[in-house]
Amino acid sequence: MSDGPGPSTLDPGAGLQPAPALLPSQRPGRPPRAITRRRPRWTEWLIERGIFGVSLVSIVMIFLIFAFVAREALPVILGKTNNSRAQKQIPADQIANAKPEALAAYLGMTVAELKNYDAETLKTLVELKGEELAHSTNPDAALNTTTWRMMFQPYPWHGYDKPEYIWQPVSEVPKYNVVPLFIGSLKATIIALLFSIPLAVGAAIYVSQLANPRLRELIKPMIELLSGIPSVVLGFFALIVLATWLHVVFGYPSRLNAFVAGIALGLAVVPIIFTISEDALTAVPKSYAQAALALGASPWQVAWQIVLPAAIPGVFAACVLGFGRAIGETMIVLMASGNATIMSASIFDSCRTMTATIAAELAEVVFGGDHYRILFLLGALLFAVTFVANMVGDVVVHRLKASLEGKG
Amino acid sequence: MIELRRGKRDWQSLLFTGATMLATAIIVAMVFIILGNIAWSGGGQMSFRFIFGGTQDGMFDVAHAGIFPMIFGTVALVFLMTIAVVPVGVITAIYLTEYAREASPITRVIRGAINNLAGVPSIVFGLFGLGFFVQFVGGGLDNLLSGGELRYGQPAIVWAAATMAVLTLPVVIVATEEALRAVPKGLREGSLALGATKWETIWRLVLPQALPGVMTGGILAVSRGAGEVAPIMFTGAAYYLAHLPTKLTDQFMELGYHIFVLSTQSPDIERTKPILFGTVLVLLVLTFLLNLAAILVRARMRAQVRLAHG
Amino acid sequence: MKSTMLKQLTVGATTLGLAGAALAGNITVKGSDTMVILGQKWAEVYMKKNSGQTVQVTGGGSGTGIAALLNGTTDICNSSRPMKPSEVADCVKKFKARPHEYRMCMDGLSVYVHSSNPLSQLGIPQLEKIFTGKVTNWKDVGGPDAPISLYGRENSSGTYEFFKEHVLNKADFAAATKTMPGTAAVIQGVAKDKNGIGYGGIAYGEGVKHLKVSKADGGEGIEPTEENVLTGKYPIARYLFNYIAPAADEGAIKEYIKWCRSDEGQAVVKEVGYFPLPKNLR
Repeated sequence: MSDGPGPSTLDPGAGLQPAPALLPSQRPGRPPRAITRRRPRWTEWLIERGIFGVSLVSIVMIFLIFAFVAREALPVILGKTNNSRAQKQIPADQIANAKPEALAAYLGMTVAELKNYDAETLKTLVELKGEELAHSTNPDAALNTTTWRMMFQPYPWHGYDKPEYIWQPVSEVPKYNVVPLFIGSLKATIIALLFSIPLAVGAAIYVSQLANPRLRELIKPMIELLSGIPSVVLGFFALIVLATWLHVVFGYPSRLNAFVAGIALGLAVVPIIFTISEDALTAVPKSYAQAALALGASPWQVAWQIVLPAAIPGVFAACVLGFGRAIGETMIVLMASGNATIMSASIFDSCRTMTATIAAELAEVVFGGDHYRILFLLGALLFAVTFVANMVGDVVVHRLKASLEGKG
Repeated sequence: MIELRRGKRDWQSLLFTGATMLATAIIVAMVFIILGNIAWSGGGQMSFRFIFGGTQDGMFDVAHAGIFPMIFGTVALVFLMTIAVVPVGVITAIYLTEYAREASPITRVIRGAINNLAGVPSIVFGLFGLGFFVQFVGGGLDNLLSGGELRYGQPAIVWAAATMAVLTLPVVIVATEEALRAVPKGLREGSLALGATKWETIWRLVLPQALPGVMTGGILAVSRGAGEVAPIMFTGAAYYLAHLPTKLTDQFMELGYHIFVLSTQSPDIERTKPILFGTVLVLLVLTFLLNLAAILVRARMRAQVRLAHG
Repeated sequence: MKSTMLKQLTVGATTLGLAGAALAGNITVKGSDTMVILGQKWAEVYMKKNSGQTVQVTGGGSGTGIAALLNGTTDICNSSRPMKPSEVADCVKKFKARPHEYRMCMDGLSVYVHSSNPLSQLGIPQLEKIFTGKVTNWKDVGGPDAPISLYGRENSSGTYEFFKEHVLNKADFAAATKTMPGTAAVIQGVAKDKNGIGYGGIAYGEGVKHLKVSKADGGEGIEPTEENVLTGKYPIARYLFNYIAPAADEGAIKEYIKWCRSDEGQAVVKEVGYFPLPKNLR
């Protein structure tokens, strides 16, 4: 791996290597310093343990990320939240007659917390609760809208003609159906992959198989330049410039839609797919290509029928990692997709992705409330999806490397 | 079976080569279009006043707006982030290259964790930063140090930097590992043969040789950190601040966040476009200079390694 | 070389970390995007006059501001809508008393359409049908035969809530409404979309056409001007509020709010494009 071509100290027949570059402590003018020092064994052991401990940080971080995101979403996952307002109003002058448990449940706190407030404050709270209940004439107010059923299945809400999937968390009756958000994320991601996979894999084939080496050295950095562009800049470009151009060219009704967001997302994902595919294509042993050329195949036949099939696992892994990146991208879709919870198959409609929803709505929520927990639930789902995509991609790349190294 | 086409006009070859060449050309063209457009539209805004002026005359005033607070905030953020991420990343890379056994399950789990960390969506980092650093750690510090009074449990530059440090950890680890592996094995073996302990070898011999690679990793992390916006939106970036951040619990203005604000929340998007393009240009120039520095350092390092191997 | 770098790093880090206790005289204002420009202008002018004081302003939506007030992460909450009873109850639970509410200025919610749109007015019932998705073609309200393209605000916005409560009668916005992060984005969207319709603060509206609004379909259309808003003729007018925790309403914060509501502050209001409070309400 990192072995130099020099002889190891155990090889008796080899000559000595030329002296390596001077170490910092050996520069002329400085007295020579011994590289070793008397050091007891236990400090060495301690240092090793310390290094090992610190390197566990990455595992700890992954675990913490999932733990803290899921922790906030746990009450919703377990079905313990209830925002139904099917309560009979307790008039303010009846406080003295009400039982402590009933009053506590009415105000949404425990009996112990009830003791923290004096009579005057309790009266205010009961009055406010009365106002809140009086406001809602909507029959759906009695529903608990934070159940799993509500989040995934359509419901015939009051005021709508038929059962619908609605995400409208700030409303008289908060509606938390996440299906439109899934569809939005999938739409943008699929458009991005359809745009970027042909381009990136095509460029990878060209650069690794068909271009001459000088051109290769020129093109690779240029494509890597694309990966250096921050996603907020791509989002800005899509919003301000690209949307106008595409609108003029295609003439669809909505200026900001899944198509624009998908193209910009594709641009963000191209470098990843390109780099990994190109690595996979160059990792195919040269002997395959040389044998085919010796038999008289043209370069394109070699690339298309010999090298690409051999590199398919790597290319597949590249696409999976690209998928993971695309579905997790936030700024581009936040700025360029129009953010409308439309569930249609048309790519020229605006869409609302899970990531943009979290980014747009997290600032508004009261920490610990239902909306807050459901946003964290979306985050946990995103984490799970990208985790699986990364695992699949890594396992495939790992197996690819192993099989190629095995074949030698 | 491969059909050999000898002697005939090989139009399939041309078509195929042409198609892949077109794909490459499209990608490269898009890169230049984006960069060119930004340079063209933002170049006019570049001036000493823009880069070094502040927002005291108005953030959206095209003639007077300056983005120095945003540049300062970005620099402060990545500085703090680097302090946090480089030690942890380097130590982890040292463990993975020098101490770990490749087949051991714990090594595989660590590598898996690093790969997954690299793939976590940036908004999930934002949620994590909010839930863990701001509320758990910050809230915990508040309870411990100031008896519940809210000082650390709110968005601040230190929490944003910590979140970005977790985000860029994989970059530093991978770059440092690459650098450590490039140090010839013979060097280590010679040192051990002369009686140095393993740690002494690493600390005094291998690590100094790998320092350029570590710097590359740090630079790449910084360039990644300067561009991400989603993780800092809820952990410390602010829309408008009167002062530069001077303590760890301050909020800060940032280039990427400013781009987002100008693109979406400016009072008149058409009128403030010059400021927006100017800010984007500054951010891009900053990011590219950093990437270029990393590439140059990496190229010089590779040249030195080739020299050392004779 | 390495050791001096390390020394410099340590010194730098310590300096950053050691910078004393919280600055006295720092006021945090958070909340409404409708009010954020006004808030910023107020902050700038006030800070020029009182050099010891810093005011920092962030947007995010009225909901953000209220949440921040409850979470304790802001001193003053800007809100473009009055607080809901449940939010007031949360404040009472937290602060043991109702939050103090101050009306800061008046604003009208204007309805924007593309400048080429032939319509010049719409009634509130028509607006309700359009924005809830019951009417989807311009020809149903007297315009050309084209689908209506809806632009609205994110649900963290007070403008969103106010519009929903007062124009839609608490019904939901149509799912097809494109939610934009700021009024300026709404205007930009409508300005580039000839079938677009959106809503937002009056102060923002360059590049689009402001419709006259009538209480009933076909009634007398009232223009969103200052006079109509102050006299109450314009149907979609509102106050913009500041909320403070009762314990915090003293000293520098109280002074600041008082200044904003004074003649000087209200002059700034006019400059930004909103409408100053009538004299009797100050």
